[in-house]
Amino acid sequence: MLELSPDDWVALRLSVKVACVATLGALPLAIAVATLLARARFPGKTLVDALVHLPLVMPPVVTGYLLLLAFGRRGPIGEWLESTFGLVLSFRWTGAALACAVMGFPLMVRAIRLSIEAVDGRLAAAAATLGAPPLWSYATVTLPLALPGVLAGAVLCFAKALGEFGATITFVSSIPGETRTLPSAIYAATQTPGGDESAMRLTLVAIAVSVAALALSEWLARRVRRAVGGAP
Amino acid sequence: MRLARGGFRLACAFRSDTGALALFGRSGSGKSTVLGLIAGLLRPDAGRIVVDGRTLVDVERGIFLPPHRRQVGMVFQDALLFPHLSVRANLAYGRRFARSGRPVDADAVIGMLGIGHLMARRPAGLSGGERQRVAIGRALLAGPRVLLLDEPLSALDFERRREIMPYVERLRDTLAWPLVYVSHAVDEVARIAREVVVLEDGAVVASGAPGEVLAPGGASAGFGAVSVIEARVAGHDAAYGLTALDHPAGPISVPGHVGRPGDMHRVLVRATDVALAVQRPRDVSFRTVLLGTIRSIAVEDGPTARVEIALRGEGRLVALVTRKAIDELALDAGDEVFAMLKATALDERATAFAPRVR
Repeated sequence: MLELSPDDWVALRLSVKVACVATLGALPLAIAVATLLARARFPGKTLVDALVHLPLVMPPVVTGYLLLLAFGRRGPIGEWLESTFGLVLSFRWTGAALACAVMGFPLMVRAIRLSIEAVDGRLAAAAATLGAPPLWSYATVTLPLALPGVLAGAVLCFAKALGEFGATITFVSSIPGETRTLPSAIYAATQTPGGDESAMRLTLVAIAVSVAALALSEWLARRVRRAVGGAP
Repeated sequence: MRLARGGFRLACAFRSDTGALALFGRSGSGKSTVLGLIAGLLRPDAGRIVVDGRTLVDVERGIFLPPHRRQVGMVFQDALLFPHLSVRANLAYGRRFARSGRPVDADAVIGMLGIGHLMARRPAGLSGGERQRVAIGRALLAGPRVLLLDEPLSALDFERRREIMPYVERLRDTLAWPLVYVSHAVDEVARIAREVVVLEDGAVVASGAPGEVLAPGGASAGFGAVSVIEARVAGHDAAYGLTALDHPAGPISVPGHVGRPGDMHRVLVRATDVALAVQRPRDVSFRTVLLGTIRSIAVEDGPTARVEIALRGEGRLVALVTRKAIDELALDAGDEVFAMLKATALDERATAFAPRVR
């Protein structure tokens, strides 16, 4: 029963690829936005904060539909991306990655922001009195000390991306080999007569991947904590 | 410079070229705010700050140098070492930005602070005193034109304070590094400063040499009455472990081996450690008896009175005695008295090499 079919392997590989690309792609922007929200004071900060959190509170299907409107081949951004870079997102795995990134973004920003806020701002002041320009002190003091939070945010985003269903299926549908990730595949299996066994297999795979991701992140977190935590 | 934040207003002006300035005052008097303004961590509403000939801030001319371009070193109350870096990396942090300013001999600084053996450690594994020494070293190695110390000892216990104090003194004397020292502890100020500026409610209420400013009746009156006496080292008594100081009002005996013969020394005397006699006392344990004239007696509400004494020669001394003693000895202004000091009350916290004010 635990023998995976070629289709299962395809779905698994696709899911991991989409989740990795979504997480790594969203990470730099999430760090930038989290830093801005944690440290900067600017007009419209509340608006930015609300906008970032929107995917968390909206029905995923709504997010997926909005993505389709904006990034579809006839959507304003989608059209521009295709004519400028030849990049098509709708009904492609890249679109699935975008949908996952958007859904995971609020979680990632939240975790990183909290950890940056927890770093004593006077350490950056101390760095400044030692002659360090703001960007340098941010890169060498604030960010390293916030690293555990950055890691936690990335793990949250990865987990969210792995399980994303509503926005993905609305935006890029469920095309085997292209956009059929594990959740889509499980859903498809349950809709197919006699697909129970396949659904069960994929479910076990999903659980295994989640547990593996969690274990990996725990191991990483411990290493990071040891590196920045200040143990003697 | 002027600054208003919430209900707090700061308006003060002073200049100093003695190389060791202390800002002295109660907490909330604005002394740390002044340091923040010098370091560039705060922006004044008006005024200007010039250090070592460089204008750091001049609101009227629209100049504001950001902190990282000021070459002003700062030692914070709680050290603020970077917890994720080793002592070595903490010390090295400012080195890459050290330019012109003052050239620094890293080994000399590390040796002077006695932190060479801590290099591989993390800040979390250091004692409070070690942390503060590393913080001083970190600030120095960035080659600042002036070193600001913001109550560097107040987070430390008594023993640690005694441990750090000599390092700050060496900084002043051996390296001759210009420093601004902020404190509310009169003994620290008396030991370190060549010049004192007293702040109260964001304004300068007094400034000058420690002997004058910290003198009885001076602006520091509210900080616990103390006097600062300057005297020349006469010699050492190795057998008893005492140092004799020469003062026109009488010899002063302090514990320990301090200074070299001929050095000027500064002794901080708490008013509560002074006893008075109308005749030259005999057969008492006090080793220091100073002759002087009572200038004034301030009788307060409680049982005590403050007696201000002009010492023969120079210097003033304040004594806190009971009103009953005043009446029974029939003390009055103009009387000659003998002020007696316990040598053991003049420990090394209270005595210090007194550099001549340049």
